Amino acid sequence: MNTANNDERSEIEGLLPWHAAGTLGRRDTQRVEAALANDPELARRYELVREELAQTIHLNETLGAPSPRAMAALFAKIEAEPARNKAASINLGARIRAFFASLSPRTLAWSASAAALAILLQAGLIAGIMLKEKNAGGYETASAPTNVAGAGAYALIRFQPQASAADITNFLETNKLSISGGPSAGGLYRVRIAATKLPKADLDRIVKTLREDKVVGFIGITE
Amino acid sequence: MQTTSDEVLIVRIASADRLAMQVLFARHHVRIYRFVLRMVRNEATAEDLISEVFLDVWRQAEKFEGRSAASTWMLSIARFKALSVLRRRGEEQLDDETAGAIEDHADDPEVTLAKKDKGAVLRQCLTKLSTEHREIIDLVYYHEKSVEEVAGIVGIPEATVKTRMFYARKKLSELLKEQGIDRGWP
Repeated sequence: MNTANNDERSEIEGLLPWHAAGTLGRRDTQRVEAALANDPELARRYELVREELAQTIHLNETLGAPSPRAMAALFAKIEAEPARNKAASINLGARIRAFFASLSPRTLAWSASAAALAILLQAGLIAGIMLKEKNAGGYETASAPTNVAGAGAYALIRFQPQASAADITNFLETNKLSISGGPSAGGLYRVRIAATKLPKADLDRIVKTLREDKVVGFIGITE
Repeated sequence: MQTTSDEVLIVRIASADRLAMQVLFARHHVRIYRFVLRMVRNEATAEDLISEVFLDVWRQAEKFEGRSAASTWMLSIARFKALSVLRRRGEEQLDDETAGAIEDHADDPEVTLAKKDKGAVLRQCLTKLSTEHREIIDLVYYHEKSVEEVAGIVGIPEATVKTRMFYARKKLSELLKEQGIDRGWP
């Protein structure tokens, strides 16, 4: 057996514990299975690994379980914790991941195109930004009482799918914009450009400038 | 039936949902307990530790970024806390002495009887491994963690994970040989 084969065999042998535990990726699993089928000594060593696996599980399973005291102690400590703001404390990224995690792989595979996912993900990001703005008392949202229909100057905007929450937040802050509605079908948001109506020429100029920003996929004036 | 994923539970915990905390605790506390028990070797300490681990989950749920599985994240917290206890106890230094003390009893009648059962001897040898070796064996075999996940929990490169697993297994073979079981490896 040459050096290259020896190296390959050593590498495969190093993967045997994970193969036995079923935690290898598909490619490595195939490599290990192919090697096991053609190498009786490796197959013998794999049996040793399986033995170790079985006895490690056996050993751990005989360790018993903690008494109910552990759970009681935990919840006593939780009760003693200071109350926290339920809505504001949710990590946005975690919430979006949780949403996707709640979908089964089959659901995801069949129901979601990449574009739809991008829009959905972005909607989550922007919802988070709106939530933060609301909690921070900064930007106004569609539900804000001061946001009277007809007042102010507005545009419809679609963000680039790859724009991150940080990019969008920065864009809104830099240009003193606030999201007042959306997303509509196609991922369009209504953003307020100014608190009062602007002359059309001024609004056109502002929109033209905003269009140059890398986070903007589409922008157009709206009522 | 589809159960709520750990990640969804953690999001709910971040919004102070106690029921989600109960579900997550029920789902993972036994394995976390066993993981820390294997490290600290004291049931009362292990019980104290798991309530500490889950309290951290309660406090830090909003910071959970989902880059790893929730169980991997919790094992990382558990490991950190168990190692803190061991450091306080100075058990890292005592570990070899502990193993030595067990080896001294290798010819006890109980052990002689156990030799008839290769599995029992193997389990006994598993308890004699160092903390570092016990930890990696448990993470791979019992907690079903991938190379990448072990690297994340232990805080070492993936290549080191494989090397450490190799040496843990090699040490196990040596301990077995001392007990009269030659596996012909490595």
